Amino acid sequence: MKQSKQNFSNNYRKKQGLVSWALFFLLLGLILVCLCVGKYSITPGDCIKIIFGKLTGAESSWTMMDEKLLLGVRLPRVIASVLVGAALSLSGVVYQGIFKNPLVSPDFLGVSSGACIGAALAILLAMPSGLVQVFAFIGGLIAVSLTLLIPSFMRSNSNIMLVLSGIIVSGAMTSILGFIKYIADPETQLAAITYWQLGSFAYVGNHDILVVLPLGIIATVILIAMAWWINILSLGEQEAKSLGANVSLLRGICIVCSTVLTAGAVCISGTIGWVGLVVPHFGRMLIGSDNRKLLPACCIIGGIFMLLVDTVTRIIGPAEMPVSILTGIIGAPFFAWLLYRQKANIR
Amino acid sequence: MIYDIKNLTFSYSAADRNVLDGVNLSLGEGEILCILGPNGAGKTTLLNCMAGLLKAESGDIELCGNKLSSLKEKDIARLVGFVPQLHTPAFDYTAFDFVLMGRAPETGMFGRPSEEDEKMVMDVLESMNLVHLANKSYMNISGGERQQLLIARAIVREPKVVLFDEPVAHLDYGNQQRVLELVKSMAGKGLSVVITTHNPDHALLLGGKAAIVDRQGKIIQGDSDEILTEEALKKIYDTDLRIMWIEELGRKACLVPEL
Repeated sequence: MKQSKQNFSNNYRKKQGLVSWALFFLLLGLILVCLCVGKYSITPGDCIKIIFGKLTGAESSWTMMDEKLLLGVRLPRVIASVLVGAALSLSGVVYQGIFKNPLVSPDFLGVSSGACIGAALAILLAMPSGLVQVFAFIGGLIAVSLTLLIPSFMRSNSNIMLVLSGIIVSGAMTSILGFIKYIADPETQLAAITYWQLGSFAYVGNHDILVVLPLGIIATVILIAMAWWINILSLGEQEAKSLGANVSLLRGICIVCSTVLTAGAVCISGTIGWVGLVVPHFGRMLIGSDNRKLLPACCIIGGIFMLLVDTVTRIIGPAEMPVSILTGIIGAPFFAWLLYRQKANIR
Repeated sequence: MIYDIKNLTFSYSAADRNVLDGVNLSLGEGEILCILGPNGAGKTTLLNCMAGLLKAESGDIELCGNKLSSLKEKDIARLVGFVPQLHTPAFDYTAFDFVLMGRAPETGMFGRPSEEDEKMVMDVLESMNLVHLANKSYMNISGGERQQLLIARAIVREPKVVLFDEPVAHLDYGNQQRVLELVKSMAGKGLSVVITTHNPDHALLLGGKAAIVDRQGKIIQGDSDEILTEEALKKIYDTDLRIMWIEELGRKACLVPEL
């Protein structure tokens, strides 16, 4: 007995993070591959040369065309897809944890539908594309605030009340969005709104990323710092409280951070479904439910998933496909397979 | 004095009847208190009030000399270990990670348990002969093992008092006795214990104090020998039963004559 106790303690600390590091290096490798492939391919050697050359200011030994394509188009796109995938997956796993429901996705408090209305409104009023993003971000935050307000009017702060409020707000938002689409110009605006809803990384520039990155990093750092408390929140309100958790405060911080992440992701790429639902499940299957390990791992897995999906939409077919179509086609059967694998644990 | 409860009244909504009505209760160090009562009387409600999970309408609960309502969740959790009814969590943690959550009161909001915390968990698991479970998933072990882990999680924070909400309700006969033995040995080490149960015989087995909550939310408290009389138990359970001295066992037992 003594022996196994020693062994356990030694292994416990070592095991933490090993899988995450492996995933991290896989992500780096895939980023390099995805930077190279496309309608116009660049060799991995050139790729590395250009990036390090630019960082160190070395003499250019590559073509201008390669540099422009890599740094101006592909790199921002690859970075954006990794960040959006990571953000959606992280907020997905956090929402699932704090609402102790593995079937929750990041947009169930109404972030995405709110963001859609913000973006649609900006498109309807013919605003420049920078403002579409800002409107989407604000729309997402407003929708979640509404969802959070309803339970306080009802003087109840239970999880189930929040979930139902999310359904109410999302439902109302969908109707409003329908109305905006109805009055939009079918030739130009309606197409733009629909395309935005399907999500795409095709027009992402460096600027788009830099605007939301700082907030996203802050939210990520806070959530990962609170990862262990998310374990406790996942036991339910009463039990978490009996373990000494200030449930309302902890849950509030988690909701704010995940909402910022989702809204930020949505305003870079438009709404993208399935990622925030599927990746956390895959992560749990790979490394277990402990959120201390799961949160960082989900960021990386989400990044890998989104990167691969976006690269596929980039290279198949003559015209580019919106990302959400592919995430749905891959995500839905994949989720079914995950449920099949875990059916013993789902009650 | 660990608990000193005066005139506690509670109802779930203003229109509803009082689930607890003017309850007085006290609990000293190292004492066992068994709470009995019919279904729907406020046993669990009383326990939740004592754990600070529900706020009483009126009356006072003093915990180790402090007003319960003035203490933060963390401070309450440091003094009170709470063992909820057996349940299945939504996510699958290892037994070790599950028990580790008991160290929450000593962990900061952006912190994680330290190596010291992990050592304490291992020590508790070892003292309860549960080390072999450490790496197993909480979902895939037996109900008896889960119940023991819930208890381990409650005592790993080294509380002054442990509250059990029907700890033996879903256990088989052997596991019921093992958990009761564990409860008794905890009290032997100076921990105070409050436990709700549906079985008056468990109250007799544990000895110590007992309290009976009736459907009107009134409570009577005293030594279990004195309060657990045939009349009182017949009345609250509305059934025929006998309290008998069993010579071979050398103890009193609560038995049903026939069906």
